[in-house]
Amino acid sequence: MKKRKFGLTMSLILAAGTILGACGGGDTEEAEKEGTTGEKTEQEFSVAMVTDVGGIDDKSFNQSAWKGIKEFGEANNLAEGDGYTYLQSQSDADYTTNLNSLARKNYNLIFGVGFMMEESINEIAGQQKDYNFSIIDGAVDQPNVASILFKEQEASFLAGIAAGLTTESNKVGFIGGVTGAVIERFEAGFIAGVEAVNPDAEVEVQYAEAFDKAEMGQSIASKMYSSGVDVIFHAAGGTGNGLFKEARDLKQKNPDRNVWAIGVDSDQAAEGVVEIDGEEQNIIITSALKRVDVAVKDISEKAKAGEFPGGETSVYTLADDGVGLAPINDAVPAKADIEAKVAEFTEKIKNGDLEIPGTLDELKTFSLE
Amino acid sequence: MQMSSRMKNLLTPVIAVLLGVLVGTIIMIVSGYDAIAAYTALWNGAFGDVYFVGEVVRQVTPYILAGLAVAFAFKTGLFNIGVEGQMLVGWVAAVWVGVSFDLPRIIHLPLAVLAAGVAGALWAFIPGYLKARFRVHEVIVTIMLNHTALYVTNEIIRSVLSDGKERTDMIAESASLRSPFFEVLTDYSRMHWGITIAIICAIIMWFILEKTTTGFELRAVGFNEHASQYAGMNVKRNIILSMVISGVFAGLAGAMEGLGTFGYAAVKGGFTGVGFDGIAVALLGGNTAIGVILAAILFGGLKVGALNMPLEAGVPNELVDIIIALIIIFVASSYIIRWFIDRISKKGVK
Repeated sequence: MKKRKFGLTMSLILAAGTILGACGGGDTEEAEKEGTTGEKTEQEFSVAMVTDVGGIDDKSFNQSAWKGIKEFGEANNLAEGDGYTYLQSQSDADYTTNLNSLARKNYNLIFGVGFMMEESINEIAGQQKDYNFSIIDGAVDQPNVASILFKEQEASFLAGIAAGLTTESNKVGFIGGVTGAVIERFEAGFIAGVEAVNPDAEVEVQYAEAFDKAEMGQSIASKMYSSGVDVIFHAAGGTGNGLFKEARDLKQKNPDRNVWAIGVDSDQAAEGVVEIDGEEQNIIITSALKRVDVAVKDISEKAKAGEFPGGETSVYTLADDGVGLAPINDAVPAKADIEAKVAEFTEKIKNGDLEIPGTLDELKTFSLE
Repeated sequence: MQMSSRMKNLLTPVIAVLLGVLVGTIIMIVSGYDAIAAYTALWNGAFGDVYFVGEVVRQVTPYILAGLAVAFAFKTGLFNIGVEGQMLVGWVAAVWVGVSFDLPRIIHLPLAVLAAGVAGALWAFIPGYLKARFRVHEVIVTIMLNHTALYVTNEIIRSVLSDGKERTDMIAESASLRSPFFEVLTDYSRMHWGITIAIICAIIMWFILEKTTTGFELRAVGFNEHASQYAGMNVKRNIILSMVISGVFAGLAGAMEGLGTFGYAAVKGGFTGVGFDGIAVALLGGNTAIGVILAAILFGGLKVGALNMPLEAGVPNELVDIIIALIIIFVASSYIIRWFIDRISKKGVK
């Protein structure tokens, strides 16, 4: 009896061995293939990015960065997976590993998307001195790191103008992702924008403390709308999808109700479409654009041309189309007004006549003069 | 017969892993991916280079401690889902000590590690006490305390440990678990001395449970609370003790991240997942010390290796999550596997 059982275990082990052996066989072939691709990447310029936990389909930040890399890759005839690629992080602990893996695969320029990667980039840039890195929304002081920052307040100021001129209840909402310097810039600029065109309006601010919790966004939006707020702007990544859902639902229930939302990062107009009695309506007024794609493409092109801005911090602003405002929804009654005011203030900001507050402290002393 | 039951205990997780890999392979083939390339990339990404080996050890370290935390409570019949929260408070406590003092290494490092253990223990004491005193189910309390821990630690990082920033300063060199020795050895991986702490803790857990009277009592309560009470054991005390020791392990897992992997604490938008993976590690490891170590190595290797799959094989790394989930399903349904083994061995008798 014992012998038989032993035979069974043996056969199981053998079976396992065969399966694993098959994998082993592939090993050498694969290694050879890698060898050839490895040589190729050394000759050509190649670029890659590491996402934060959001992934490249977050309809926001990472997606925009990936769009920039893809456009750069296609414009320069690079092959995806060889000339340009991305790695997704599943937790904060993966950032360093992912950045390092890409350097080990000889990618010349590696982007870290999000301020959470600051420390990882700082560490790896010190170790892998032959490679160039770039951090979005953060500042790292190393000779081979280009830091990318945005003047988000300028885009959200324009969004604030749109909100201030659209609201009828004079109550406007702001939903933030996680408290921090970047979202504070959005918040300060937005409040300044609302005040600039509608001093009577109140801005209600709430943070979800998460970038990936749509249900939180929805419950915050629901509370705000039911308290009389009629325009809500979000700077909360995936959390903001809950805002759009709530706004769509409310519009569906009562098409006459004044319910509006404003998107962020990319033009999110597609998220606001509601079908009422066979007619398409859109609850999104506009979106505050943060053109991560423009910045990523710009840095990639500079690096390819041998002018990589290592050790410098590049700030992308309204003046260089790094931030901006998406087209205004035709259904907004105050569309003409908004466009006129936006054009007026855009001019002032571009000329440097108007400095938009980037922190809540600066907001206190902000005046239009 | 004794031998065969042991054999079965060993065979069940092994078969579960093989089945998980097998079904994972089928899923890959059905979705049109090259399974061989995927597994090759997985292997290379985990053990193909000293750097990756170092990273696997780095990932395995908190997994062992989180697994031990779940396993220890489970031995007393408690399901500690709060490992994640206990880990987070341990992480912040360790970093707190790490950034606020400037002491010689010999005092600073143990103090920081100790602070993490104490913080985890205190956090786990709450559900332990509520369970013992008021019979509140520990699963509910620990789940809720996970969220409490997440937001409390975020607030502490923002308002106490930094000036409204998203993360703390780096901890002092004297509190760091990192070592230049491992950096040179593993080509700058983030492997750190924590692995020795994790293994020592595994030995401690085995010793407490198997070799001491306290351990015997803890296990007895796990087997049958009423019988233990009847035998004169203090069930309430044992429940609290079990949760507290479990919390110490979980807190230490946080210290591994705070003092080793990261060297700082940052505001989190969500859970790290290490505490929840600890449940899987304990389950696969059969709630034994050695089993937890082996399961942690497997899961750590899978997690780190998976990061290489999209790069080398073009296979999304979520597939490894599917495989891990499958392994857990097969372990959980180990009854079926056992029944199958029984059937085959019975046929053998004939």
